[in-house]
Amino acid sequence: MSNSYILELRDIKKVYDNGVVANKGISIGFREGEIHAIVGENGAGKSTLMKIIFGLEKPTQGAIYYKGKEMNFTSPLDSIAVGIGMVHQHFMLVPSFTVLQNIVLGDEPTKFSFINSKASKKKAEELAKQYNFQLSMDEKVSDLSVGMKQKVEILKLLYKGAKVLILDEPTAVLTPQETEQLFVELKKFKENGHTIIFISHKLGEVKQISDRISVIRKGELISTHNTRDVDTETISELMIGRKVEYEYSGIKQEIKSKKVALTIDNITYTQNGIPLLKDLSLKTKTGEILGVVGVEGNGQSELVDVLFGYKRAEKGRILIQDMEISNFRIKEIRERAKVAYIPEDRMRQGIAASASIKENIIASYYDREELNHKFMMNHKAITKVSDQLVKDFNVLCQSSDTEIQSLSGGNIQKVVVAREYNANPEFLIAEQPTRGVDIGSARFIHEKLIELRNKNKSILLFSADLGEALAVSDKIIVMYSGEIVAYFDNLADLTEKELGFYMLGVKRQSPEEIRRLMDEKIN
Amino acid sequence: MNNILALLLTPAFGYAVLRVTTPILYAALGNVISSKAGVSNIAMEGTMLTSSLVGVLASAYTGSAFIGLLAALVVGILFSAFMAYLNLYLGTNVIMAGIALNLFASKFTVYILYMLTGQKGNSASLASKQIPSVDIPVIKNIPVLGEIISGHNILVYVALLSIIVIYIMLNKTKLGTHIKAVGESPHAAASVGINVKRVRFLSLCLSGLLAGFGGAYMSMGYLSMFTRDMIAGRGWIAIAAGAMGRSMVIPTTITSFLFGIFSAIGNVLQLQNIPSELVTTLPYVAVFIGIIVYSIRKTKEDK
Repeated sequence: MSNSYILELRDIKKVYDNGVVANKGISIGFREGEIHAIVGENGAGKSTLMKIIFGLEKPTQGAIYYKGKEMNFTSPLDSIAVGIGMVHQHFMLVPSFTVLQNIVLGDEPTKFSFINSKASKKKAEELAKQYNFQLSMDEKVSDLSVGMKQKVEILKLLYKGAKVLILDEPTAVLTPQETEQLFVELKKFKENGHTIIFISHKLGEVKQISDRISVIRKGELISTHNTRDVDTETISELMIGRKVEYEYSGIKQEIKSKKVALTIDNITYTQNGIPLLKDLSLKTKTGEILGVVGVEGNGQSELVDVLFGYKRAEKGRILIQDMEISNFRIKEIRERAKVAYIPEDRMRQGIAASASIKENIIASYYDREELNHKFMMNHKAITKVSDQLVKDFNVLCQSSDTEIQSLSGGNIQKVVVAREYNANPEFLIAEQPTRGVDIGSARFIHEKLIELRNKNKSILLFSADLGEALAVSDKIIVMYSGEIVAYFDNLADLTEKELGFYMLGVKRQSPEEIRRLMDEKIN
Repeated sequence: MNNILALLLTPAFGYAVLRVTTPILYAALGNVISSKAGVSNIAMEGTMLTSSLVGVLASAYTGSAFIGLLAALVVGILFSAFMAYLNLYLGTNVIMAGIALNLFASKFTVYILYMLTGQKGNSASLASKQIPSVDIPVIKNIPVLGEIISGHNILVYVALLSIIVIYIMLNKTKLGTHIKAVGESPHAAASVGINVKRVRFLSLCLSGLLAGFGGAYMSMGYLSMFTRDMIAGRGWIAIAAGAMGRSMVIPTTITSFLFGIFSAIGNVLQLQNIPSELVTTLPYVAVFIGIIVYSIRKTKEDK
């Protein structure tokens, strides 16, 4: 049986130096001339697996067989030499070079030590023609569209003789038209005997293009299917699986005097010609946590950036209560509109790693009067505030003077939450507040969020953990390709499975159902 | 005023421009190569200074200007190779390494000079050799043009020639292509098997070679001896020229000449009744204005 595979992974395990287990013994066989999709949630271990195939990472255990022979890749050069090529999400191109220069880079043909690219140009042009790539070899890569750059990457691999092409979320950067064109090309490669490994979490596309699908969850291979035998619902169930249960209904208090907290009015945001937020509108109320879920890269980060003033929407308005904040600077958003923010990237955006806990815990309001003397900072007051917060938020540390990066992820996150909580916000943006945090700390952070909610504040909770979103939120919206595709105001019977259908674009509510989000009356 | 203008419009002024631009040009071209590879070699000043001393010493002890030049070039390469080693293999910040080497060169050359000659100011007591000047046949007989172009030190012509050589190297050869790829997208270069560190190392050595030429010219052509801190900011001016020329060969050549023209004007004005302290600041003021103009243009473009 194994002889029919061109590339086979046997029991691949990968444990990173920091102890993170990315792959827990994965075995997959790839057949010659098939399009094999690998699907899984963010952090499921897809990327690590591909890096291992491509020679960027060494497996802790397990073996890779190519054409029946065991391979020992130490760098991408080894894998490309036998015929395995990868198109990365971030292209490996030199922008100021021409298409041809990029294709032959590293292996330029020379004559008397001058570059002589006549023959290689002919070969590259023939390849381009064979696959209908409308590429001019002398054009500068920086002048090309993203879709064209991707073609250059693919052509580069074909030129080097790749038989197996790994495409890492190739459609994430493409317009629908470009995606369609890519699929036509992929089918052509397949006809010519190439094997394509297609990594994606857009199930619609996977269903459309692949022959077989392998589902990976939490570092394990769940199953491999013939695409025609499964529907997208089954796949999405397999991808999401069961999660840790949280239960907070007991501590959520009934809020009487709710008001509108945040109003987003027809926001549009476009980057590099790709619309990332499309005419998006929503309202949140005080005393409520609105959960925002969706597969990463469907506009959630852009929504946060636009809300918190990192980016400017080209159209639309944002109001906190009655105050328009669309053109506010971040400091104004924080201080005048009283918005606080728990960022997704804890180490880079959430903290200053080499500063102390004390310094980090006051960083978003260090200029408050009570923390300062006339010219100098008031260290007594700062110590008092930070010691109190460290105690209230159960931050495990020697003292508040400890360098924050020596703490565990959970404790660092508690410091971030403590700071933003203590900013006394009217509105809090919590972006993946418990990602990579131990269960105990996660529960604690959830309780703090609910405490804010009980104080009649409004929270927008972005979460990739559906269990968390369902347990902590009062209402949930689902984002898919820059739009809100579902709105649930009653979470009692809502399941993760159901959410998954909307997240993966399998289902979509009617515009009327979604519009309730804007029209709803305030009690 | 007319008096000054008359001085600037003479062939002698054109001759002076070529003469003073040469060391800036060498260093600027060296800077172009290293910046293309993605490393800013700010040790040009120190490299040139060290080479200028070594050239004088080697020529004085061997009696051969050619061996002096050769020694200056070798030391220029070694000096840069040392910096490349610090930066690429030991992980020293390239600016820190550059500053350290510049300071070291400034003091160490004086120490060596004192040790060997007992003088701290210059090497006048050494019988060092000059690299010869040459007349160019045919051209030397053309009025004006001949007076400007002919009769220079050989190294002036080598500098002009190296503009073409470096242009071809960067744009037509494999090495040049790799240098540019490594500077622009090291990840892309590494992904196709280019050894990024090795290419950068080589680029820094090449920039050291050019600094070696510049240093040798200073003490064995421009002047006939080594004097303390004789590079006098030319290495820094060259870095400014490279930045304004956006690390491209032809534009950098032009900016180098611009700075050369200002230096030459300074030299002419010194002979007039203008305070020399003020006049000698002229090239540096030109750098200052140049950088401002460059930054404004760049900020506008980035928008």
